[in-house]
Formats: sequence, C-alpha cells, structure tokens
Amino acid sequence: MLPPSSSPALEADPQAAALAAGSAGARLSNYGRAVGAVLWKDLAAELRSKELISSMLVFALLVILIFNFALALDRTARENVAAGVLWVITAFTGTLGLNRSLAQEKDRGSLDGLLLAPIDRSALYFGKMLGNILFIGAIQVILLPVFTVLFNVNMLQPLLLLIVLLGTIGYSAVGTLLASLAVHSRSRDVMLPILLFPVALPVLVAAVTATGNVLIAASWDEISPWINLLLVYDVIFIAVAFMLFEYVVEE
Amino acid sequence: MIETRSLKKTFGLRPVLRGVDLAVAPGECLALMGPNGAGKTTLLRILATLSKPTAGLVRVAGLPLPAAAGEVRRRLGVVAHHPLLYADLTAHENLEFYARLYGLTDYDQRIAAVLEQVGLAARRHDLVRTFSRGMQQRLAIGRALLHNPQVMMFDEPYTGLDPHASEMLDEVLAAARWAGRTTLLTTHDLARALALADRVAILARGVIVFNALCREVDPLIFAETYAAAVQ
Repeated sequence: MLPPSSSPALEADPQAAALAAGSAGARLSNYGRAVGAVLWKDLAAELRSKELISSMLVFALLVILIFNFALALDRTARENVAAGVLWVITAFTGTLGLNRSLAQEKDRGSLDGLLLAPIDRSALYFGKMLGNILFIGAIQVILLPVFTVLFNVNMLQPLLLLIVLLGTIGYSAVGTLLASLAVHSRSRDVMLPILLFPVALPVLVAAVTATGNVLIAASWDEISPWINLLLVYDVIFIAVAFMLFEYVVEE
Repeated sequence: MIETRSLKKTFGLRPVLRGVDLAVAPGECLALMGPNGAGKTTLLRILATLSKPTAGLVRVAGLPLPAAAGEVRRRLGVVAHHPLLYADLTAHENLEFYARLYGLTDYDQRIAAVLEQVGLAARRHDLVRTFSRGMQQRLAIGRALLHNPQVMMFDEPYTGLDPHASEMLDEVLAAARWAGRTTLLTTHDLARALALADRVAILARGVIVFNALCREVDPLIFAETYAAAVQ
C-alpha cells in the first residue's frame, strides 16, 4: 500500500478549493460554464474557419439538387417523397458535421486538453451536442426555404419546424455520443454511419412520418404519436449519453 | 507528491510499463529520460489521468488515481507533445477558453500575466494558426500555468523550440521550482536534465533502471548509463 497522502508543497488553489467544497448550486453553475465554454469555443472556431458549415452546406445543396432533378415528379409525388428526402439530407449532412466536430479535436491533439480539464466529462458532451445541433440547425435554416421552392411544398410551418428541431436534437444526441466512440477508430469516417444509422432509425422513422403527415395536412391525432416518440427518444438518448460519455472517451 | 508503486500498463498483450516504482517529493523536479518507446509518454498519461493503469498504485498531488482523477486534474498542469491549442482562436481566446474550463473567474488579468510570462503579450490577438511551433509551445506552457497548478508535467517540451524559446522554458522550469511546484519532465537532453532537475531517472523497457539526485550524478557516468539503457 502507498503511505498516506503527504502534505502538499503548495496549498491548493483557493479558487479550486472553493469550487471543490462548493454548494450544489455552485457546482451546477460551474457545470453550465463548462458547457458554455465548449460551445463558445466550437462556435468561435467555426465562425473563423467556416470549415464545417461550408462543407455541410455544399453537400446538402448538392444532394437536394440531385434529388430534385432525379425525381422529376408531379406535385403529389413530390409531397409524398419530400419528407423522406429532407431527412435523408439531414442524416447525411449531420454525419459529416458529427464526424468532423470530434475528429478535429482528436487530429489536432486538443481532445487531451479537454479531458485534462477538471470538469464533469458530460459537460464536454453537452457542449459538443449543442454545437452540433446549432450547426445542423444552421444548415436547415438555409435548406428549408430552398426545399420549399424546389419541391413546391411548404416546409416553413410551425409544427414542421418543431418536428425538425426535435429530430435534430435526437439525431445530434446519439450522433455526438457515437462520434466520440468512432473517433478512436482508424476507419472512423466509415464507422460513424455504420454505428449511427441503426441506432438513429427510430428518430428518423418518427421524423419522416411526422413530417409527411404535416405536409399532407393530417389530423393532430395522426401527428402527435410521432412527436411524442421524438420527445421520448430525445430524453432517453440524452440521459444515456450523460451516463456513458465518460466511459466512451476514456482511453 | 507523485508516487507510483509496481505500476503496470498493458496495451492488448503488449506490456509497456512492467512495474514502475517512482517517487517525486513535493517541490522536486524530476527529469525522466529514456529511449523512444520506453514508456515515458504512457507513464505521463497515467499520471495526468488520461489513461488508467492496468495494475499498481498511483498518487499525484497526494491523491490516489484513478479514484480522485477530478481533483488531481484541478491541481495539474500538463505540457504535452501537442500544444492542445485551437488554431482558429487567438492566443487570448485559447487561454480564455481554458480559464473558463478550469472555473477561473476574473481571468483577464491572469491571462495577461501569463502571456507576458511566456513572451506573447504582443501577439495576444493573433490567431494561433499564424504562430510558429516554438510560439505555440510557449502558449501551451502558458495554458498549463494558467490555473496555478501544484504539479506540472512536461512531455519533451524542448522539441521544436528555438534557442530563445528554450531559454524561456528554462526560466519557466526554474520559476516552477522556486514556487515549490512539483515538476516531472521527460527529455532526451542529458545536459539540460542534469542542469534543471533535482533528480534524474531513466525508464527503459518499462522499468526504472536508474534514479538518483542530480547533484550526486557524474555526467560522464550518467551518459554511459543512459547509452547502455538505450541499447
């Protein structure tokens, strides 16, 4: 056995000691600051480089154009496929962003800097997840009006925006967790979609069905079960990621 | 302050650390030397809470690992192979990010002091991507000092530094000793290790094969011992 802990040469940093002994409120505040710091860093770096957003946007616009010309359909047929096309684009574009958001940290070695910070690892997860939601959300803000014009369907309905938000949260929640897992793999670009798509299937099915029902002006009774499913999925996967993230990023 | 007993680390079937016994007293500076692949970085990663030991006991800042990893991180400053910086943020923004992660409040003055210490005050608003390797390493040292840690670890910090930056790093290490910080440094520079550290150890094939106070070490004999260990 090791001897009992020796007295340190330096007294503990007073601020650190205060944080360690702080109340639950202080710890929660510190947790929120850590989440905010990670989110702020990702947004500030992306606003400068525009590396992620530009590649996601170009990819999304290319896919929507390809679908538009490939599916040279009449109005009714377009309404039928619009929901599926929207979520296929969201899923593929989101995968690009999810992959890069953690791969950049790993490639530049800065992941260790995050892991060395004296914060709950789940704060890193929430910071990254919120960043991913904002990046995918930013693409959708551009995508939905383009979609409305090219597919001649109204994608700018409040209920549809709610579905897009819930679907994006669910997809980002599970995607951020699995991207953290895949980032340690040498074939991570291939690994993430293989891991993500089966697990994200419920959220994609619910989002596609709910979106389709809104577009055909179905009744609330037909739409609400799918929105409930999205809500439940979001809560479950955020909770699961909160519990597992620490183990996922461990070496 | 830093102590390991029978520390072992295995990656798959490949043992990297085969039972490392090491002790660094509070305020002491240990220079850890060894050939490439000896396990120095693995040992540092375990001590820095980035990796878990396969077996053995580890204490850093008097706290057991991995049980008290969170508290150890609060007391630890690490300068790694990578500078752990963000190229698309300025020097000030990088330090501000880490200050927020470490829960520092009113950090602007502290950031200014650290940038002054590492000689980057004039470049505080420049993007890190415009910095040379040496400047990035200086900023990485500033990042590690930001929260005033009790224990500092440097993993081959002189790699890629020009003479001016190396002198600055010498001053940082001397200041750390003067401030009573416990310091662990890995390096391949024999002369520098003997000049800067209180104690020098050689890690070879996953075990400590040499460990002595620098003042008791004959440089020539030490060089021969190191050469034998490398072979």
